[in-house]
Amino acid sequence: MKRIISMFFALLLMLSCSVIAFAESSPLTEKELQAKYKKLAGTSINVYNWGEYISDGSEGVMNVNEEFEKLTGIKVNYATYATNEDMYTTLKAGGSAYDIVIPSDYMIQRLIEEEYLEKINFDNIPNYKNIMDEYKGLYYDPNDEYSVPYNVGMVGVIYNKKVVKGNPTSWSLLWDERYKGQILQFNNPRDGFATAMFLLGIDVNTQDEKEWRRAYAKLIEQKEVLQSYVSDEIFNKMEAGDAAVAAYYAGDYLLMKDNNPDLEFYYPEEGTNKFVDAICIPKGCQNKEAAELYINFLLSEDVALANAEYLYYATPNKTVINNDNYSLKGNPILYPDKKDEPKTQSFENLNQYTLSLTTKLWSELKIEGASNTAVYIKLGVVAGIALVAIIYSTAKKKKRQKLYDV
Amino acid sequence: MEKKTLSAKLLASPHIVWSVLFIIAPLIMVAYYSFTNADGNFTLENIKALSDYKEVFLNSIWYGIVATLICLVIAYPTAYFIARSKARVQSTMIMLVMLPMWTSLIVRTYSIMSLIENTGIINSFIQKLGFEPIQMINTSGAVILGMVYDFLPFMILPIYSVLTKLDNKLVEAAHDLGADKITVLTKVVLPLSRSGILSGITMVFVPSVSTFYISQKLGGGNFALVGEIIEGQFVTSNNFNLGASLSLVLMVLILICMAVMNHFSGDEEESSGGLMP
Repeated sequence: MKRIISMFFALLLMLSCSVIAFAESSPLTEKELQAKYKKLAGTSINVYNWGEYISDGSEGVMNVNEEFEKLTGIKVNYATYATNEDMYTTLKAGGSAYDIVIPSDYMIQRLIEEEYLEKINFDNIPNYKNIMDEYKGLYYDPNDEYSVPYNVGMVGVIYNKKVVKGNPTSWSLLWDERYKGQILQFNNPRDGFATAMFLLGIDVNTQDEKEWRRAYAKLIEQKEVLQSYVSDEIFNKMEAGDAAVAAYYAGDYLLMKDNNPDLEFYYPEEGTNKFVDAICIPKGCQNKEAAELYINFLLSEDVALANAEYLYYATPNKTVINNDNYSLKGNPILYPDKKDEPKTQSFENLNQYTLSLTTKLWSELKIEGASNTAVYIKLGVVAGIALVAIIYSTAKKKKRQKLYDV
Repeated sequence: MEKKTLSAKLLASPHIVWSVLFIIAPLIMVAYYSFTNADGNFTLENIKALSDYKEVFLNSIWYGIVATLICLVIAYPTAYFIARSKARVQSTMIMLVMLPMWTSLIVRTYSIMSLIENTGIINSFIQKLGFEPIQMINTSGAVILGMVYDFLPFMILPIYSVLTKLDNKLVEAAHDLGADKITVLTKVVLPLSRSGILSGITMVFVPSVSTFYISQKLGGGNFALVGEIIEGQFVTSNNFNLGASLSLVLMVLILICMAVMNHFSGDEEESSGGLMP
């Protein structure tokens, strides 16, 4: 069936632009691409991406979506989400027809398992050859059917060298009594738990409840020295020097360093999380072919370079890594040497029971230590006052009623 | 007569359609999710699991009450003052009250953050004066400050609108009958503005109890309020059922609080009925 369709397309191409095309499955040539652009001009695609996750034309950089529209005549409707889980909830709720989503590894695994993704036709993505081999056939999509890597990154520890003494190398810095009140922790269960699990040498993908509880106990211990649980407000706090130690993504560290040169960074020796965000086409897409052309466009050298420069994340695109114009070429933090490369582990999809357990433990962690009896007393007093007021006002009402009656 | 009811029905229909689509239907869905498990079978597990979150609920209500009371104490004199000013001053003042509402809640909360941060604007000023910096952010006080700052206009506006409509003749009459200023305030002005106070309290209390953003950013994630727990259930663990039962119970608790409040408003109708000619 697939073959028939591809033959049909090939025939169509031959007729429309009188180019001799081979009626077999092979990457499109430049001419064939142009023909596709012509055919699909005037249609549109819906792209659903992380916020701040594409070179958007601000401060004179390339506006990727606009360039794509100019090149192909295909209109890009662009929407953003804040977390993988937000995106998942939107897809799951249905009713939305996105042609492109860019989730992280473990979320792709879940989407494939639950059959939310469409198989990609790689013939329409000749630039796929630009992807480095080490990012092909990864665990979340072992046969490379559903996803195309967009960005990769690792989590490490950021510290302020004016405050922190010596050269720390371990996750234990986030538990260090000496920096009490200056340490920040992730405000999401998966990344937060991972810091404790790496320190304790626990597999971050374990489904064993005991191991999660062990990590939980470690996080309770950390609460003593913690300043706060943060997400994107970490930028303000680390740049202004309000906090001195935090775990966060390497690419974001480079952005912070631009604003505060005292910040230093390392990958903990116990190992850390490595993630891949990849481009996928969800089921229910309206314009699959145009979506594939869009993926192809994102993989082209100029566009991938513009994105890599703007986002500060590591790229899986070899034309960018070897490009002399790339200002982060060979950056030791984004692209550590093979010998310095930290031990890494990727997040995998957890089963529903473990997932619920992690959120439950996470909210218990937050509640822990809140003086429990005090709130009962306080609310008891309030209830008492309310009761007295009610009795008083009822009595008054009755008295007044009597006056009227007389 | 019949024609009138028909047109009345037609006029009401957009609102009815709206209510059914966006209020009744979601409420039914919340109730449905609360009493089912992930496979859609009836269960009471979600309700039982709520006992883990007793203190969270109570804490949220406590924070809500404190924030509401502070709002009331600040808002009443402010609204009174505005309502007694000249017309032009009034419109400027009301503009100033509303102005913050034109900026997003997120931006407002972030700006409070940069004010009260340990090396923030206030603390660096204090240090310049030669004092020790004060720990303000990540305290319960910061969370309450955020709630008061974000929701204060919702308290001022309803009280103001009631007070502007207050007939000054009643105040004059009370004075003529020999009442002093305090008696006028407690026996005439306060009872007559009770409906404004009550709607102000509702509009501040409900969002304060259910907020998750303010406690996350200003409390540093250390003061888990029920809104945060609900958000976590939906967003990170995808446990819609527990999330729905948490919201259902929160709704019931808020309704109880409102019922207690309404006890006082019932009193008001009668007394104003007695006062009005």
